[in-house]
Amino acid sequence: MTEVTDERPVRPDEHPIAPFVRMDRMPHIWCPTCGIGTVVKCYASALAESAVDLDKVSIVSGIGCTGRVAGYMKLDGFHATHGRAIPFATGLKLGRPELLVTVFSGDGDLVGIGGNHFIHAARRNMDLLVILVNNFIYGMTGGQNAATTPLTARSSTMPFGNFERPFNLPHLAASSGATYVARWTSLHIRRLTRSFKEAIRRKGFRFIEVIAPCSTVYARLNKLGDGLDLMRFYYEKAEIRHGADTRQVAIGYQDRIVCGKFVDEEQPTYLDMMHAHYAKALGERYVPMPPEGGWIRE
Amino acid sequence: MKADPAGVLTGTHYLDGDFACGEAAMAAGCRFVAGYPITPSTEIVERIARRFPMIGGIFIQMEDELASMAAVVGASWTGTKSMTVTSGPGFSLMMENIGLAAMMESPCVVVNVQRGGPSTGLPTMVGQADMMQARWGSHGDYSIIALSPSSPQESFDLTIDAFNLAETYRVPVLMMMDECVGHMTEKVVIPPADEIDLVPRKLTTKSPGEYLPYKLNGVLTPEFARAGDGYRFHTTGLTHDERGYPVMSAECQEQCVRHLIDKIKLNADQIVRFEEEGIDGADVVVVTYGITSRVARMGVELARQRGVKVGTLRLVVVWPFPEKRVRQLAQTIKAFVVPEINAGQIVLEVERCAGGKSAAISVPHMGGAVHDPNDICAAIVEAAG
Repeated sequence: MTEVTDERPVRPDEHPIAPFVRMDRMPHIWCPTCGIGTVVKCYASALAESAVDLDKVSIVSGIGCTGRVAGYMKLDGFHATHGRAIPFATGLKLGRPELLVTVFSGDGDLVGIGGNHFIHAARRNMDLLVILVNNFIYGMTGGQNAATTPLTARSSTMPFGNFERPFNLPHLAASSGATYVARWTSLHIRRLTRSFKEAIRRKGFRFIEVIAPCSTVYARLNKLGDGLDLMRFYYEKAEIRHGADTRQVAIGYQDRIVCGKFVDEEQPTYLDMMHAHYAKALGERYVPMPPEGGWIRE
Repeated sequence: MKADPAGVLTGTHYLDGDFACGEAAMAAGCRFVAGYPITPSTEIVERIARRFPMIGGIFIQMEDELASMAAVVGASWTGTKSMTVTSGPGFSLMMENIGLAAMMESPCVVVNVQRGGPSTGLPTMVGQADMMQARWGSHGDYSIIALSPSSPQESFDLTIDAFNLAETYRVPVLMMMDECVGHMTEKVVIPPADEIDLVPRKLTTKSPGEYLPYKLNGVLTPEFARAGDGYRFHTTGLTHDERGYPVMSAECQEQCVRHLIDKIKLNADQIVRFEEEGIDGADVVVVTYGITSRVARMGVELARQRGVKVGTLRLVVVWPFPEKRVRQLAQTIKAFVVPEINAGQIVLEVERCAGGKSAAISVPHMGGAVHDPNDICAAIVEAAG
């Protein structure tokens, strides 16, 4: 028989990612079995293992459940308006290019209301690490249909099932010009952390989609069970196929989830292009912004 | 602090209001501009796009005005002086992140070269119908500062002031130009850099451990920390406490929002600016701003020829509104006459402050052209009668 005690095995401030989190804001608002916390843990672990100068890391979120991440991480954190995390982050990056700017937000925020900014930042190869937690639904407002809700899945605004075609996000990112594109689920904590670490060292528009459970609304509306059932589902339905053609990785309702790294290519970033072009076009008349350091400690 | 000579095109020029505004932004130390093309403001960013690579600035043409304004707020948090430029339809889209700039207390400048509205309206022709939108356009209660130049020279001078006010009060400052001033070409004198006084960003001197991003300590605006300086601060569009943390309570809302309003309201005497002419003994005072103040001059002259004692009050700063002065004048004059290229916006503010002590007569014009001075004269004569 298990003995119940008040003692916790690990004190909150002893948690390995406590130094990365605003512990004075705990407990967070996320529901039990929500996947966002796991993704935050993986991102924090990636930072810890990447010799990153945390003073040079900014994190920007929009609005929604994942939109709260910027408020919980102990970094320069910006909680911007709904859909505008990417353009806000663009201003931060161009205002101070030495920063590692991470955009951490949800599917509704980044590709629903913010879809236009998403494709244009990818087109420019803007130097941003974009982490998108996709729970297939608008969680914070109570389960409305999203641009990612799979066909036939129920949402509160598609009570008889969704008949709108959803985005295939890796394909959207890749075809818009993203130079690093990966997808994992919140079950794949080691691979996801590795992917974050890799992307931190890349330049340009890096996009990582993380499929994460929303048991409070998405799973409840669709009678998919609890958090553990969703993790079991990921375990059974996730297929790792690195380098897969992104046209083939769309997600159907309760169908397979193709994971892996789909794109990883070196392309000049917006700032690289700008500097090279002005240096060529203007020669000595070009005065670049004063150079600063970077975010990797040498 | 004096201007960096790199951005200052010292000399006597023949420039339109748009170019003068762009030159002033560069002289004021603006080094980040995000914008989306829209008539009649585009010349400002075209000027900047051509000159920025030579002075260490970055101009980016964003995908829309939502993004432009968001990028400006983001860049402001790196300590870079930032600006965007637009006209009516774009101004509507910017309202969302003007609210964010107000809430986060991010210094920035937004230029609106006003054209005729509503909707697409008259893209190439004059209007002044965004004056109330400037004050109230984003949802919720907040304060901004709005300036209205009446000449290319003043477009230059007020754009410098706009950046200084943005830094002093940590607010978005709105340059409410109009198409006529934007496209009017006149002599513009740009002074030497060492004659241009600039207000630098008020960076905190506290250590990261003791810094609180929204702590006031009895001062006007909180101290600023730039992204990337090790403060690891948080800022949000949510109602927040002095740590910058969201707090969902009526008490915090009271404190947070009241501060946004009070920092302008309680300092209105320092911010308000107007020019008066012929006020002593006047029966009628014509209240004007922007291009209309120049058109009204002839109306005033015509009325004087007909024996009316009429003075003028030209608003240089429109928001905050010169409440005290209008209240004072209302005690002694018969009427205010307010010609505007809109259906009557600032006249409502004049009427409110006049409080029934004197009349406030609107001379509306729906836009596309300036007033006929005879119409302004007729309103003055009727008001005096």
